[in-house]
Amino acid sequence: MQTTQAQSTETLIKPFLSQEIRSAIEAYYPRYPSRRAVVLPALHIVNERLGYVPLEAVIEIARMLSLAPAQVQDTLSFYQFFPQDMPCGKFKVWMCRSISCSCCEGEVLMDYLAQKLGIRPGETTRDGRVTLLPAECLGACDFAPAMLVNDTLYKTMTREKIDAFVEMVQSE
Amino acid sequence: MTYKPVLLANIHKENSHKLAIYEAGGGYRALRKALKEMSPDDVLGTVRASGLRGRGGAGFPTALKWSFLPKDHPGPIYLCVNADESEPGTFVNRVQMESDPHQIVEGIILSAYATKTTTAYLYLRYEYPLSYQRMQAAINEAYSAGYLGKSILGSNYALDLFIHRGAGAYICGEETGLIESLEGKRAWPRIKPPFPAVEGLFRKPTVINNVETMACVVHIIDRGVAWFRSIGVPPNPADPRDVGSLGPKLYGISGHVNKPGCYEAPLGITVRQAIDELAGGVWKGRKPKAVIPGGLSTGVMTADELDTRLDFSSLMKVGCLGLGTACLIVMDETYSMMDFLYNSCRFYAHESCGQCTPCREGTHWSMMILDRIKAGRGRLIDLDYLAEIGNTIGIIPGTTICGLSDGAAWPIKTTICKFRPELEDFIKRTNPTGYVGTEAVPALAHGNGKPH
Ligand SMILES: Cc1cc2nc3c(=O)[nH]c(=O)nc-3n(C[C@H](O)[C@H](O)[C@H](O)COP(=O)(O)O)c2cc1C
Ligand code: SF4
Ligand code: FES
Repeated sequence: MQTTQAQSTETLIKPFLSQEIRSAIEAYYPRYPSRRAVVLPALHIVNERLGYVPLEAVIEIARMLSLAPAQVQDTLSFYQFFPQDMPCGKFKVWMCRSISCSCCEGEVLMDYLAQKLGIRPGETTRDGRVTLLPAECLGACDFAPAMLVNDTLYKTMTREKIDAFVEMVQSE
Repeated sequence: MTYKPVLLANIHKENSHKLAIYEAGGGYRALRKALKEMSPDDVLGTVRASGLRGRGGAGFPTALKWSFLPKDHPGPIYLCVNADESEPGTFVNRVQMESDPHQIVEGIILSAYATKTTTAYLYLRYEYPLSYQRMQAAINEAYSAGYLGKSILGSNYALDLFIHRGAGAYICGEETGLIESLEGKRAWPRIKPPFPAVEGLFRKPTVINNVETMACVVHIIDRGVAWFRSIGVPPNPADPRDVGSLGPKLYGISGHVNKPGCYEAPLGITVRQAIDELAGGVWKGRKPKAVIPGGLSTGVMTADELDTRLDFSSLMKVGCLGLGTACLIVMDETYSMMDFLYNSCRFYAHESCGQCTPCREGTHWSMMILDRIKAGRGRLIDLDYLAEIGNTIGIIPGTTICGLSDGAAWPIKTTICKFRPELEDFIKRTNPTGYVGTEAVPALAHGNGKPH
């Protein structure tokens, strides 16, 4: 068997992505006629498990999909969705700031939540529990002001509901 | 309004998202009928005869779009179902996918059959986790029941359906941005032609349709053309090019109303009916000041224009971009149109993909000018600058590749045109000594001086 340089270094350095992550990414291959189409699913798979997609992961995804790392990084950076420097908090809070929520005091509530958490929108609390992100319309305008925390939609937010949410987070 | 919902008929049933409940209500009957009795061309012909127009925003006749696919193509042909739903104020596809996912699956299979598609993708925005769970569960059930996969219901038709999740970018809803995103690239819309029907996903013929369009197809096949054409606004006989606004429509109503929500009614009800009869009127006993008829991009209408019909041709008469998504946002008499304008411009500045200079710069400068105005340093001349941006960015003036910038322009144009006195008052009140100035001034950073 021929050994390329890349393969031999790979056996020396432990891969960043676990076997589980690699298998999850490979499971998407049959869905598309091109490997490049797997970039977004792969980024999601890594981001969902690690909370971020560091450069090491980008390079390994690129190698798996036979792409240049720059191609994966280009797609990743376009979306502003995948943090690269440090993992997102355990609770990823998206608070809607678009019109239907904003006109129902949504942005006031976002400032209130930020102040309670002691951070600014876009930041993560020091204990790594909560990342607060301003979001554009979450498609839940019937429940304005809307807030999405990981996979759970918080509907028709009020100060009281924010208080209860912060209490829940702190007791976790 | 006495109207019995069809598209939303199932949503209040317990476990409405499960296959057994869907089948008990007549689900997959249309698919059985089509595979047994109809050729793909018969399905296409039926949809053509119904007059169905796409529900994704532009109102393009669905069967006409399908008929642009090359004849006798060796394949593959792709169907992309647009579930990116990110237009501010719009949420009806979410309600459909969460509460009645099988209706969407059945519509996709029927449309794929009519277009001879063998692989379909549902491009679903990431911020819809429950829709993702429900749609994936429905797809799994459909495979097990023989509605998807090889030899569907014993026929020789085969179809695979996959969900592809987005990553929080509005531009992925634009059809060629969607294609680029699906291919794993940055979602930069393509210059057309070639249109996707000729060269689309993976350079193959591709149809892109909205979720609600898929749902309509089910009922057209199930209940027939005459039923569909009995609802809505028939074509104007004096205008041979008018194809009418036929069929049922979902209206999402949010903002300052008593009962925000997703409602079904015929196309062509008035804005006033939607607000008063569907959404329980403006909240707190107040009067409406401004209403957005079909998602933020369609621009605003005033309280005097509320008798306008929600159909594919009436809204242009009051200066709006069109019916859009038919999702209304109501603002009451106390809401500041300056806040509205800033919110709108910030959205488009954030969501412009950056590919075309007029859009990238125009959306950002409009936000920065408004940022300065809100910080008390506005001049009356700024409204003219904003109007100039509004009049020059977009496909309609011919300066950009996609319609995002038309969507950015319309709220600017319509607000300045219809609410100029209020905007001038704001500027005079907040900048009493400098509002007449015309000299160049620096813009502020984002967020009105606040970091964002
Ligand atoms: C910036 C932009 C965003 C769009 N977003 C969506 C969307 O989220 N969902 C959608 O169905 N159509 C969206 N569209 C319209 C699509 O490009 C396309 O016309 C539509 O999906 C076609 O479906 P239909 O023929 O069934 O209406 C968007 C268009 C633009 C310009
Ligand atoms: S108009 Fe704007 S969003 Fe559309 S392609 Fe050009 S820069 Fe991108
Ligand atoms: S505007 Fe907030 S969810 Fe739509």
